[in-house]
Amino acid sequence: MTSVAAVHSLWTMADGAAGSPLAPGGPSRIPAPHIEYAQLAPTLIVLGAAVLGVLVEAFWPRRGRYYAQVLLSVVALAAAFAAVIGLAAGGFGTTKAHIAAMGALAVDGPALFLQGTILLVSLIAIFTFAERRLDPATHGRPVDSFAAQGAAVPGGEAEKAAVKAGFTTTEVFPLALFAIGGMLVFPAANDLLTLFVALEVFSLPLYILCALARRQRLLSQESAVKYFLLGAFSSAFLLFGVALLYGYAGTVTYAGIAEVVSDGAKQIDPALADTMGNDALLLIGGALVVMGLLFKVGAVPFHMWTPDVYQGAPTPVTGFMAAATKVAAFGALLRLLYVALPGLRWDWRPVMWGVAILTMLAGAVIAVTQTDVKRLLAYSSIAHAGFILAGVIATSEDGISSVLFYLLAYSFVTLGAFAVVTLVRDAGGEATQLAKWAGLGRRSPLVAAVFAVFLLAFAGIPLTSGFAGKFAVFKAAAEGGAGWLVVIGVLSSAIAAFFYIRVIVLMFFNEPKADGPTVAVPSPLTMTAIAVGVVVTLVLGLAPQYFLDLAGQAGVFVR
Amino acid sequence: MESLIALLVGAPLVGAAVLLCGGKRLDRAGHWLGTLLAVVSFVIGLVLFANMLGRGAEDRALHQHLFSWIPVGGFQADIAFQLDQLSMTFVLLITGVGSLIHIYSIGYMEHDERRRRFFGYLNLFLAAMLLLVLADNYLLLYVGWEGVGLASYLLIGFWQHKPSAATAAKKAFLVNRVGDMGLSIAIMLMFTTFGTFAFGPVLGAAGETSEGKLTAIGLMLLLAACGKSAQVPLQSWLGDAMEGPTPVSALIHAATMVTAGVYLITRSGAIFDAAPDAQTAVVAVGAVTLLFGAIVGCAKDDIKKALAGSTMSQIGYMILAAGLGPIGYAFAIMHLVTHGFFKAGLFLGAGSVMHGMNDEVDMRRYGGLRKHMPVTFVTFGLGYLAIIGFPGLSGFFSKDKIIEAAFASGGTQGWILGAATLLGAGITAFYMTRVMLMTFFGEERWRKAPTPSPDQPSVEPAAETRGEYEPPHPHESPKSMTIPMIVLAFGSVFAGGLFSINEAFVHWLEPVTSFKHGHAPVSALAVTASTIVVLVIGVGIAWLMYGRKPVPALAPRGSFLTRAARRDLLQDDFNHVVLVRGGEELTRALVRIDDAVVDGAVNGTAVSVGGLSGRLRRLQTGYVRSYALQMLGGAAVLVFATLLMRGV
Repeated sequence: MTSVAAVHSLWTMADGAAGSPLAPGGPSRIPAPHIEYAQLAPTLIVLGAAVLGVLVEAFWPRRGRYYAQVLLSVVALAAAFAAVIGLAAGGFGTTKAHIAAMGALAVDGPALFLQGTILLVSLIAIFTFAERRLDPATHGRPVDSFAAQGAAVPGGEAEKAAVKAGFTTTEVFPLALFAIGGMLVFPAANDLLTLFVALEVFSLPLYILCALARRQRLLSQESAVKYFLLGAFSSAFLLFGVALLYGYAGTVTYAGIAEVVSDGAKQIDPALADTMGNDALLLIGGALVVMGLLFKVGAVPFHMWTPDVYQGAPTPVTGFMAAATKVAAFGALLRLLYVALPGLRWDWRPVMWGVAILTMLAGAVIAVTQTDVKRLLAYSSIAHAGFILAGVIATSEDGISSVLFYLLAYSFVTLGAFAVVTLVRDAGGEATQLAKWAGLGRRSPLVAAVFAVFLLAFAGIPLTSGFAGKFAVFKAAAEGGAGWLVVIGVLSSAIAAFFYIRVIVLMFFNEPKADGPTVAVPSPLTMTAIAVGVVVTLVLGLAPQYFLDLAGQAGVFVR
Repeated sequence: MESLIALLVGAPLVGAAVLLCGGKRLDRAGHWLGTLLAVVSFVIGLVLFANMLGRGAEDRALHQHLFSWIPVGGFQADIAFQLDQLSMTFVLLITGVGSLIHIYSIGYMEHDERRRRFFGYLNLFLAAMLLLVLADNYLLLYVGWEGVGLASYLLIGFWQHKPSAATAAKKAFLVNRVGDMGLSIAIMLMFTTFGTFAFGPVLGAAGETSEGKLTAIGLMLLLAACGKSAQVPLQSWLGDAMEGPTPVSALIHAATMVTAGVYLITRSGAIFDAAPDAQTAVVAVGAVTLLFGAIVGCAKDDIKKALAGSTMSQIGYMILAAGLGPIGYAFAIMHLVTHGFFKAGLFLGAGSVMHGMNDEVDMRRYGGLRKHMPVTFVTFGLGYLAIIGFPGLSGFFSKDKIIEAAFASGGTQGWILGAATLLGAGITAFYMTRVMLMTFFGEERWRKAPTPSPDQPSVEPAAETRGEYEPPHPHESPKSMTIPMIVLAFGSVFAGGLFSINEAFVHWLEPVTSFKHGHAPVSALAVTASTIVVLVIGVGIAWLMYGRKPVPALAPRGSFLTRAARRDLLQDDFNHVVLVRGGEELTRALVRIDDAVVDGAVNGTAVSVGGLSGRLRRLQTGYVRSYALQMLGGAAVLVFATLLMRGV
């Protein structure tokens, strides 16, 4: 692999150990890396817009900042999506798939498919971020779901002053853009260092976003701190795993690691002579990197942060996180397992089976006794992570494409469901207590019906996208020889169906309470988000084949 | 051209969606939109028809594949259409009669505040019915089949504030479920036998499959047809279905939906041809029903219920013809089309009479209406002549052919079937003449206040009896109602004759439903002659009973048969004793088993899942330190498990 040699040469040259054909000018000069800017356009557009957003925060008058930021974000995301489509149309998803940026990033089918999904979902998520009609206007100014001033102490004088002055935290838009930029890199990362950098780039803004809820700020800040601490903890594991893998392979590129795994180390780096080719390093390192990714997808036993953070974060952020993070993290996990560690599949598959089973069962079982809608959806997302893992483990092309499809289907359902949660409100803001949702179907049949559609999709009822997705991953898993995994998956689906349907029963067949919540009428922004969610859910359920084919075409990793 | 097929279904579907979701804003224009889309569908149908005529007989069928709904291995669920001559015939009938009835409903439902919804349901029905006849596979046909069932349910119970309408809708739905079950079992059997649902492969391979399987599939299809087409033993819902608004009775419960069973059997002809036992069952059902319906029709005083009995009987003719195989398919469909014209016309006429008579349905409260409603009288009269098979009118050609084919089916069976169809023709003449005489001739009984009758609870004591009786003022209906009636009357008069010129209709359908001339043991002329004799006898008896003597305003007690026929030949009593009581007993037994065994297991599982859930929940302490510890433990397990795998 030339790219492996190329990257490797960077380190060796920096040591001045060997001359390289890439550096004709002598050992003292580091050659400029060759970057394919056009092929990285989606990521560059989003990150560029994020930087611009910071400038807007600094220099734009406060009055117009909201509009400027929303416009900037929407335009950037749309442009990035157009770039993804352009690349896919140009054949970069199939025939021209290759590894760009000196081996750091892959431009191939799965990367483009997932980047497209992330961008679409983020675009819709930005709509929910920008919603300003749900909370009653304070001091005559419309407010969104975010704290007036993130730095002000909850309940303190500074907060009151900020509210009175009509501040809004428009920083959420550049923060979200930074996170999205990281998420775009994450599934395309083709070496372990890029993977780690991308992980941090998208995680750090998310920690901040989680802390910015306008109401119940203490809960929100607690969730952010928890997320940050545990995230940092898992990053440490991941980084340790990266170090061990480097020790094993002498390189951090996926292709290089795969090569060493299958053929053994060819040239032993003198500095790593003791460790290279040591299988214990490979196994432990691989397990730790995988663990870091499992933390991000919320798989058991690394799921504990999910319910607390989902509950505490501002609901638009929760929806964004639940949908987009999962897509990015599963993309990265797929690439790691299929590109870097395919030679190890007999080692990681049984372990991942265990993780998948635990995740499906624990998510579904614990959700049964939840009393809060957001926590319920959090456990539901854990169960879904288990279902997707079943597809990941299939180790086949069908497995990849089924996961891609599932992620597409699931992210829109999730985003839509959380958007509905923002609508149901009482005096204290969002009414997330399940008991308060009793009889919602009598009062607001449309909202309840839409939520019911999402719940049915979560449960995997036919004619919704959830059914098609679940069917695809289970089919891939069964063909991959994991029949009993599928059986357990179906059983957990049955348990999960119980609590989804219970919410529907609660909404439609219980008498509404006298002091029940009301349904706020949102602006066209949230309405668009919900409508897109419903449409995608139904289209993917009624005519999934086109998208399954698309995912099938995109289901080949470049090596 | 193919792309137009989807539009055919799409137009009314869009109409239904817009009308049902559009809300009150559309109240003022909704009925125009619904009617427009029905007409659009009809025009598309005509364009496709013209296009089809332009091609040779063998390559007239069009196919359109929209998309596949999750193909998995051998399971291929296609959303695909097939438009051949058989489908085309139905498309024109459905959209043509459907459009007329939409127009009629504009006038008929004028004062109903839920008119927009009514048109939405009508459009929904059109879309589902078109889907049913255009599907190119049994699975999609099933979607349409269920769709028309839903539309029928919604429309029968349209006046849901009347408990009788709500009950009737429920009854129709339940009885239809039995038939639908048959269809779904048939489709499953087809899949296990042929590995596909598509008409082409299934029907093509029918010849090489074991007869036992084909008989099973055929019987299940017959069960489905019995449910949808109100054939014995699943006939009981049709009479009650008359609770729906009259245009619905005309469109769904006379002209189109109830003939879906005939379509199903004709479409599946290859299966029945290879399964003679199933075919025998089909003709038996047809023969029994045609007499059953006719007898019921003789005793009913409710004009719509009398017509419903007649519908049942006429569909019996069609089913019988379809059961005869290649000698009968074409005539079954031909009778279906002519029946579509005259029965829809008769129902619209009945609706027009009710419109002028304050929604009175009891024929004993009619009489002498011909002077007050001349247009209704003439159009109804032409429909009447057509249905009894008056020589030269539509019904004469189609029914006569079925009687001939029945005789030609050979052997003893031929004689029995021939006699049954002939007898049916006589009874038809009798009860239709009775309807005609009681409604349009004789004394104007509605001028006198009705006397309450203790032994006939079915006639509701009219509100007027309490105070001063004010007789209704019969008047002719508005143009929007009479014009559809006139158009249908033209069809009733001429359609049969046109179809029979050089056997045009038979040859038109021949590529789809193979055709053979039957060889009757008696000459065709003799059959026609005896049909006419029977017809004259039927009309004569009716005239003796209802024309010469005045009709009593109160129904006489009547003979045992009359009383039984008034109660629909005790069908509900039978159902009650056998099915309802038996069902209740079975349910009780099942509930006991369910409580003890199933619920025990289910509740046990639920309790244990709930308990487990509660316990696992406690792991979620809310403390970051314990979360981190769990993660550390998890990581350790993950690492060790990975190492262990290599060790094993």
